[in-house]
Amino acid sequence: MAPLRRGVPVDDGGMTVSALPEAAIEGSAQFAVDLQAAVKRFGAVTAVDGISLRIRPGEVVALLGPNGAGKTSTVDMLLGLSAPTQGSVKVYGRPPREAVALGLVSAVMQTGGLLKDYTVEETVRLTAVLFGRGRADVERALERAGIGDIRRRLVGKCSGGQQQRLRFAMALLPDPELLILDEPTTGMDVGGRHDFWTSIRRDARSGRTVIFATHYLEEADAYADRVVFVRRGRVVADGTAAEVKALASGRTVRATLPGAREAQLRALPGVESVEVRGDTVLVRSVDSDEVARYLLTRTDARDLEVTARNLEQAFLALTADETTAGSTR
Amino acid sequence: MSMPVARSLPRFGGFSFGMIALELRRMVRNRRTVIFTLIMPAVFFLLFGTNAASRAERVGGGNVSGYILVSMAVYGAMLATTSGGAMVSIERAAGWSRQLRLTPLRPAAYIAVKLVLAMVIGAVSVVVAFAVGAASGAELPASAWVGCGLLAWVCALVFAAFGLFMGYLLPSENVMQILGPVLAVLAFAGGLFVPVDTLGHTFATIAQFTPVYGVGEIARYPLTRDGNLWVAALNVVVWTALFAGGAMWRFRRDTARV
Repeated sequence: MAPLRRGVPVDDGGMTVSALPEAAIEGSAQFAVDLQAAVKRFGAVTAVDGISLRIRPGEVVALLGPNGAGKTSTVDMLLGLSAPTQGSVKVYGRPPREAVALGLVSAVMQTGGLLKDYTVEETVRLTAVLFGRGRADVERALERAGIGDIRRRLVGKCSGGQQQRLRFAMALLPDPELLILDEPTTGMDVGGRHDFWTSIRRDARSGRTVIFATHYLEEADAYADRVVFVRRGRVVADGTAAEVKALASGRTVRATLPGAREAQLRALPGVESVEVRGDTVLVRSVDSDEVARYLLTRTDARDLEVTARNLEQAFLALTADETTAGSTR
Repeated sequence: MSMPVARSLPRFGGFSFGMIALELRRMVRNRRTVIFTLIMPAVFFLLFGTNAASRAERVGGGNVSGYILVSMAVYGAMLATTSGGAMVSIERAAGWSRQLRLTPLRPAAYIAVKLVLAMVIGAVSVVVAFAVGAASGAELPASAWVGCGLLAWVCALVFAAFGLFMGYLLPSENVMQILGPVLAVLAFAGGLFVPVDTLGHTFATIAQFTPVYGVGEIARYPLTRDGNLWVAALNVVVWTALFAGGAMWRFRRDTARV
């Protein structure tokens, strides 16, 4: 699987860290996020293995990858909860810790981070006190997160989805420029997940930059402008959701054809790659009908099979570990 | 979002009375804290300090009931300040400390808030015990009511440091279930429940080195005008330094582990 560079497959046979074209960088005022060859090691384990990533204000970006790909470690560095072993991390041009303290960036973390014996409203009020904000901001955050009606409920008595919306309210409190969501819907039921994303989507219309880490493909597909695939601590693909879908839209035609002539097959319209394995030929194409027609009418091909490649397979191909190397978390 | 928001850091690293008020409200909501720190010392006094003999026997300018009351107030204050400091353990276990790191609150300001909370609830504990005592037979000279109360409270700072140290050391949801019995043993060894010299010379000597001894001696001094204040003061200073140093050491490790 070739890595994507902003949606364009780059056939360099391996793991290229993709980046925005330099032309796009020049002239744009400031990046919401600027990771430069960031590396995070925990002892002998490398969780993040040189990620370079620039995110412009207003982008909604999905950080997609399997568990242990380095998503959470990357998020922790963006929030100043951990420092990169090498490389640099800047959020709105500042060290992350400073950006957090100023309320430029906030986050909804996966689990924990709440005290059971506070009420919903008190939790948000405490956050407001810490950020030096007033009552009006508390009301606004409660309302936007859709928890105004349960404000007097003890946190310990809230459902998982309600607690997650409370974390969302806390994250909204400083009115951040950048909102980071780390696996925000883990453990939610379908309804809760839908409600949560509805709140996020409503909020993102105001132009906030959003980065969310997820291993749910459908979430990345439905809510992100840009999808960054992470595998084993590296970016393996980076493109718009549409580009990623386009990548996944091709089909593979497989047939038994002794003495296949690769060059001829490659010349067919829409063909992306041809692979000959002994008597078997595999042709990947965006126009599989044309390939099938050619194979059946112009050659001695038999046992023809056409298989679709969906986003799931693209994801697996991009993110699966080929080796048995240890965990990269 | 269309207009850039003016952003600035809060004063005093986020230490604020707003936070203390919310935290106090939360502490009061915790029934176990209220029982341990406000009700138990007063009940202990009523059980052990109000019999006829204690009321009749004189100590300094007051009676034995008053003497026992001061000891119980010290016990209450140390329970209160320990549980105040130990709150950090619960908050670390719940991931709350990590959440707070996504705010401008500085770690030193967080510790300062916890110390203030510990001392506030310690003060309430002393006041409640003294109110119950005054209403049920404890007699102290006026100066001792004030002096003993203030000293019991101020010296309980050593246990606020102890609570913080343990809070950082023990990552447990129920840290007070461990610390409660520990404090009871220390209180016994330090002479809060029984005067140390009634248990023999060896015990009395050892007792001087335990962390509750100094607090008790100092707090009762305005009543008894007796005992070696220097030994007691040294005891309090050394234990405070040890616990504060321990808390600092764990705290540094905690904030360094980013």
